[in-house]
Amino acid sequence: MNPIIEVSHLNKIYAGGFQALKDVSLQIDKGEIFALLGPNGAGKTTLIHIICGIVNRTSGEVLVDGHDIIRDYRYTRSLIGLVPQELATDQFETVWNIVRFSRGIFDQPKNPAYLESVLKNLALWEKRKNKIMTLSGGMKRRVMIAKALAHEPQILFLDEPTAGVDVELRKSMWEQVRRLRESGVTIILTTHYIEEAEELADRIGVINHGELIVTEDKSRLMKKLGKKELNLELKAPLKAIPEALSGYQLKLSPDGLVLTLAYDSTHNESGITELLDRLKENGVSYKDIYTKQSSLEEIFVQLVHQ
Amino acid sequence: MRINFRAIGAIYRFEMARTFRTILQSIASPVISTTLYFIVFGSAIGKHMSAVNGVSYGAFIVPGLTMLTVLQQSVANASFGIYFPRFVGTIYEVLSAPVSYFEILVGYVGAATTKAMMVGTIILLTSCFFVPLHVDHPFWMIGFLLLTSLSFSLLGFIIGIWADGFVKLQLIPLLIITPLAFLGGAFYSIKMLPPLWQKISMANPVVYLISGFRWSFYERSDVSVQTSLLMISLFLAICILIVARIFKTGYRLKT
Ligand SMILES: Nc1ncnc2c1ncn2[C@@H]1O[C@H](COP(=O)(O)OP(=O)(O)OP(=O)(O)O)[C@@H](O)[C@H]1O
Ligand SMILES: [Mg+2]
Repeated sequence: MNPIIEVSHLNKIYAGGFQALKDVSLQIDKGEIFALLGPNGAGKTTLIHIICGIVNRTSGEVLVDGHDIIRDYRYTRSLIGLVPQELATDQFETVWNIVRFSRGIFDQPKNPAYLESVLKNLALWEKRKNKIMTLSGGMKRRVMIAKALAHEPQILFLDEPTAGVDVELRKSMWEQVRRLRESGVTIILTTHYIEEAEELADRIGVINHGELIVTEDKSRLMKKLGKKELNLELKAPLKAIPEALSGYQLKLSPDGLVLTLAYDSTHNESGITELLDRLKENGVSYKDIYTKQSSLEEIFVQLVHQ
Repeated sequence: MRINFRAIGAIYRFEMARTFRTILQSIASPVISTTLYFIVFGSAIGKHMSAVNGVSYGAFIVPGLTMLTVLQQSVANASFGIYFPRFVGTIYEVLSAPVSYFEILVGYVGAATTKAMMVGTIILLTSCFFVPLHVDHPFWMIGFLLLTSLSFSLLGFIIGIWADGFVKLQLIPLLIITPLAFLGGAFYSIKMLPPLWQKISMANPVVYLISGFRWSFYERSDVSVQTSLLMISLFLAICILIVARIFKTGYRLKT
């Protein structure tokens, strides 16, 4: 994988002396969705703002597509779109003018057709002539996204994009994020909805008190820290777990229709195949089989409280 | 070096759109207030005033009044133009865009300068209805108007970056710019003052602006045109230096 963002030994001490980032090193791969998780005040926004050029770093290095964000700021910033955590738009301007401004300031030639498609994708096209102040909160948030996409960025930062957004809209935003990723855009998002990260992310970073404590593949993280269960839905109910299977950590549901095996997925020998063979030998047949694992939320809470 | 002209254009257009959106406050209010000055000082009182340096009093005050408004407009527009995005947070976009501070400056200050010049022009045109106006040196006149608009827009920009609240934003213009402008010889010739006050007035940069500007109309001035030009250039240079310093450190724009 080639990293599109490389952060090394990044420190940030704010003017008051508060250290918001402590020796953060991180690589983001091209085309991935990276979720940055952490409690309030952990330093997520600070990290994003440094990469985008809004906050000065104290020390350390940040490369975007191999270019230093200070020395080659024109190049690196032109690649990046940012949806900030806070809603900040000129209330008195129209949606269309706002989005056109964003494209212009990022040095992209006029392209009304592209802007039209962005607004249509975000269901804002009907509102293009409206002033921002006449829009609902969720619409304003979508305007922020439209602004960030106006210059066709290759990297998109979403700082809590779905805060205060209704369920339906959130789902449609997820859909758009996936579509953007499919078109090759690298996405870095922060969120307090852990299920959002679970749903979207390829990789997860957890930051706490300015320190990056974990960066891991989502599935590996969940495997490593989560517990897994194998569930077998049986064709016919069992009265009890057969003698021959007593060597396994099996549980039988009260109605006798579901057999559950708790196992550790980090072990190479989970024993699943063997178990399935044994079941066959003992004439237990099943109609469905599925696994369940502990949620990212459980893992996250466990990490942050360590 | 490549310049991001599109960004300059975007900022400039955005700022001008704000001007036209608020056309009433932007243009009408300075025009109305100066019209009142013309009526009161030019037509009503002016009839009973003796000519200054051979120019009728009504005509005498036109350049000074125009400068007064241009000064206030430049400072007000430029300071508000950059302060407002800082205040509402939209500045994040400008800071995260591939724009240099220089380009940001050109966009904001360029728009403020344009607007101040527009207001100045409108006031001059309005004054034609009240007093007989003639301009001896139109190029110098436009030059002085431009230099003044530009340097005071720069000053406004500095104030807009320095201010951390609306009070400060309004205080400087109110406490410094307005008194300097009124005492800068808009309504009188410095030569009419007692010698001590004449000396003190020489420390007021606005004196040079008004004097030079008035010279371009009537070829009469309190100080020589060269001195006026020199002082405005000096003032402009100081503003540029301060802005350069601000940009070097990212002062108040970035934490
Ligand atoms: N401009 C600033 N000056 C001083 N301290 C700041 C500044 N901005 C942020 N901080 C501090 O830095 C820390 C990290 O803030 P940051 O906004 O990065 O957190 P976050 O992880 O984004 O939190 P949240 O989930 O609440 O958005 C906080 O303790 C905050 O108070
Ligand atoms: Mg944040």
